[in-house]
Amino acid sequence: MTHHIDVGSVLKRTVCDLYSNLVTRPTGAAVRREIEHVVSGLDVPSLTVIDFSQVGLLDFSCADEVIGKLLHAARRRAEGIECYFLVRGVRDHHLEAIEAVMERYGLAVIVESHEGTWHVVGALDEGMRRTLEVVRARGCAEPEALAADLAEPADVLQASLDRLWRRGLVMRLATGYVSLQSLL
Amino acid sequence: MTTVISVPPSLDDETFEQVIEQLAPLPAEQKILVDARHTRWASPFGLTALLTVAQTRAERAAFAGPETDDTASYWQRAGFYRHAEELFEMHGHVPRGRNDPGESNVLLEITPVAKSDDVHDVVDRIQTRAQAILVHELNLDPQSTMRFAMTLSEVCQNIVEHAGRGGWVAVQSYRYRQRLGRRVVVIAVCDAGVGFRTSLESTPAWKPKDRWDDAMALEDALIRGVSRFRETGRGQGLAGVRRYVGRWDGKLSIRSGTARIAIVPSWDDAVPLAEHLPPFPGAQVQITIPERLEQR
Repeated sequence: MTHHIDVGSVLKRTVCDLYSNLVTRPTGAAVRREIEHVVSGLDVPSLTVIDFSQVGLLDFSCADEVIGKLLHAARRRAEGIECYFLVRGVRDHHLEAIEAVMERYGLAVIVESHEGTWHVVGALDEGMRRTLEVVRARGCAEPEALAADLAEPADVLQASLDRLWRRGLVMRLATGYVSLQSLL
Repeated sequence: MTTVISVPPSLDDETFEQVIEQLAPLPAEQKILVDARHTRWASPFGLTALLTVAQTRAERAAFAGPETDDTASYWQRAGFYRHAEELFEMHGHVPRGRNDPGESNVLLEITPVAKSDDVHDVVDRIQTRAQAILVHELNLDPQSTMRFAMTLSEVCQNIVEHAGRGGWVAVQSYRYRQRLGRRVVVIAVCDAGVGFRTSLESTPAWKPKDRWDDAMALEDALIRGVSRFRETGRGQGLAGVRRYVGRWDGKLSIRSGTARIAIVPSWDDAVPLAEHLPPFPGAQVQITIPERLEQR
């Protein structure tokens, strides 16, 4: 279910083996196409970890091509909801580009920094952030179980969890709503 | 008959207007001699913009370089002559020697930018030297180095994506006595391509607004993040450049066609939007990042 993509390796394999910086749109588009190709061959539901730890620079244009267009397309496709993404190995300067792109598209993605801390980047209201944090702490949760933690009615939490699911931030399985990080 | 275009003694983004004023009334077929014999100093903007002058001429322009050895030698080390010899009919002494910037303040010698690979090359080359200059001489945060390279990448990509022809980039560090009395690092990216207005007019289904000119096009691109491409993620590059420049109290100016727009810091007195300038093709971008004083 979980697949790891080392973006630095994809860059060297698909564009130029001398490159370690993700800059320019053609470079970003080539890397994204390779990621899309890999993801399209995975059984769903799938979780793809996009790892930037071997990437030097990530400029805004390339972040748009790699992350922005990838997530935008995944969320727009009918079956896209079954393709989930986490971003790892992100340094501060990567984060700035990813944040700008997520804001532009009105999307959000869960990111692990290079130091190992997780946070959500992009457009997400405070209530959904709280719900997401509790799901992460529990690993898997149903609305009724979260109601006590968050002191909110179960139907409100159900709606909140569904919105998180539609945005690709939690996985919905028969057992409940599952934190993406718990699948690593 | 050849028309002599006099290059001012000190050539930068402001005094380059004197060059443009002389060029503006001339047809492209008019033979010109760009006379820089009495020029003593040139900023990276001045040097890269001089190269674009050659691109604007239908008749191969002639060029006479600085008579002062120091100046000529500096221009040579900055990479100017390597490109000038391909573009101009050279007159007078042409200095020879290594283009390696060595210990000078040339962070990136004048480098052509025409395709995506050129941007990779520029970014790869700038990072090591930028780290040393930005952190140790300009007292900027070490994190600023990567963001500086991101900024450089985005402004270079404007040529690849929008200009329709190649241009040049140069990065230098020097003491900016005239306004600041401190060190600055300056990025200059100049091309003689289609310019912002024509680029935006090429947007599918584009319709002219009530007011539409070079100044409006610059405002659309820099302030409102408009791009000729309609995809959602477009227009972020210049927005990112603005954020970087603002964070480090820098100055950004873009001249295109008959207008120049600027993000002006408190230490500078440029007008935010200059209109009705003499026309010049393409886009000429300058970013100035000053030394930080408070960390001293």
